[in-house]
Amino acid sequence: MTERHRIKTTINGVVHEREVAPRLLLSDFLRQELGLTGTHVGCEHGVCGACTVLIDDHSARSCLFFAVQADGSRIDTVESLGELDRLSPLQGAFREHHALQCGFCTPGMLMTCVDLLRKYPLASDDEIRDGLSGNLCRCTGYEHIVRAVRAMAAKR
Amino acid sequence: MRSRPSATASRQLPDPADRAVKPAAFDYLRPGSVDEAVSLLARYGGDAKILAGGQSLVPLLNFRIVRPSVLVDINRLTALDFVEAHSNGLRIGALARHHTLETSSLVRERFPVLAAAMRHVAHLAIRNRGTIGGSLSHADPAAELPMMALLLDAEIQTSRGAHAADGFSRGPLTTALAEDELVTEIVLPPLPPKTGWGFEEFSMRHGDFAIASIAATLTAADGKIREARLGAAGVGETPLRLRAVEAMLVGEPLTPELAAEAAQVARDRVDPPSDLRASAEYRRHLVATLTERALVAAWARAQ
Repeated sequence: MTERHRIKTTINGVVHEREVAPRLLLSDFLRQELGLTGTHVGCEHGVCGACTVLIDDHSARSCLFFAVQADGSRIDTVESLGELDRLSPLQGAFREHHALQCGFCTPGMLMTCVDLLRKYPLASDDEIRDGLSGNLCRCTGYEHIVRAVRAMAAKR
Repeated sequence: MRSRPSATASRQLPDPADRAVKPAAFDYLRPGSVDEAVSLLARYGGDAKILAGGQSLVPLLNFRIVRPSVLVDINRLTALDFVEAHSNGLRIGALARHHTLETSSLVRERFPVLAAAMRHVAHLAIRNRGTIGGSLSHADPAAELPMMALLLDAEIQTSRGAHAADGFSRGPLTTALAEDELVTEIVLPPLPPKTGWGFEEFSMRHGDFAIASIAATLTAADGKIREARLGAAGVGETPLRLRAVEAMLVGEPLTPELAAEAAQVARDRVDPPSDLRASAEYRRHLVATLTERALVAAWARAQ
C-alpha cells in the first residue's frame, strides 16, 4: 500500500485536514469523505463535466485531480452557491428557465457557468453553446440551459 | 431536500481508500525543483510519470491503461509557469496552462494564430488545467499545441538541452524525450512583419479532438508570398508540416486559383487514418477544404 498524505484544504470556506491515499480522486474525496454529494460523478474520465468544481477559482474536473493535489488549495463545489431557500442568481436563472430535468448534470453545468460568466462575453448563443460543450445533459436538449445562461450574461 | 449526511454517518462508511478507486495504487512525490523532479525520474525510470495538468494522464490512470508506480507532481514548480517576451518572440514555460495562452496579451499580439488555436483545445475546465509541456510530452497527433510548436518553429527546451519542434513528435503518444527528461519551456522565434495567419479545425462538437486541423502563416512582400508555413493535425501519426505546399506558394500572390491548387496538393500529401469518426478519404477532403480556407484567411491578414 502506498503512503498516505496529510492534506489541508479549504472546501466551500471550511478548512479540512485529512489523510488521503494518493490515488483518491478529488470527486470521491468530496462525496465519500466529506459527504458533499452535490458534485456528481458521471464518466470519471473528464468527458461528461458532471463533476466540475472550482479549484482556486478556476473550473476543473474533480475526476481528473487527486485529493492529495488539493493540499493548500481552495475548492468550491455546487454547495457553495446557495441554499434551497436562498438560491444564487445563477441557480435562480436555471429554475426560472427550466434548465434542468433529472438534475444529474446540473452541478457541473452550474460550476462551469460560474467560470464561463467570469471569463467570456457570452455575447451570442454560439459562444454560450461552445462554452457548455464540455458538459453533457441527456434531458433538456440544452435549449433551456442556453436560455438561463443567456439571461445571466445579459444581466452582468 | 435531504440534509447532508452528518459527520457520524460519514464515519460509518468504509474508508475511501478501501472502496472502489479508479487508478491502480501509486506513490505521490512533489519535488521542489526541476533538478529534483529529474532525479526522481532517473531513479524510478519508466515506473514514474510526470503529473502536470493531468488532463490526458489521469483518464489513462482511471482506465488503468497506464499504471505507473510513482507520480511526480510538478504543479508546485511555479517558476515554469510563465509567458515572457523574448526579443520579438516568446518564451513559454512548460507549466503555462492552455487558458493562459488563450488569453495572454503577449500571445495575442505576437502569435495570434496560437491564441486562436487554444480556443479549440477541449473545454474551459480542461484548458484551465492542461499545460503546454504536458501536451507536447503526451504527443497526441490530433492535439493543437504540438502542431503549433511545429508551425511556429518552436525550440523545445528540456532538462537536458533543446529539441527542434520538427522531429520532436515521433508517433502517437511518442516523443524524442528520454525517460528522465522534462520539458521546461518552449521558445517561439518572432514571425516576420506582415505575416497573416489562418486556423481551421473540424471536429464533431466544439472542443472534441480534431478530425482534421490546419494552420497557416503567410508573409507578404511586394504583393507576393515571401514565406509560407502550413501545419496539419489529426491526419497522421504526428502533426505535420506540408512543406511541398509551402514551397509552391513562395514567390506568388495568393490567387483563388493558387489557393485551390495548394489545397489539392495538401490533400495528396497526407495519409490519414480511418477510424470511427471519419474515413481517410473524408479526412483528405477536409484537409483540402480547410487548407484553402486557412490560406485565404492568412493572406487577407498579411496585407
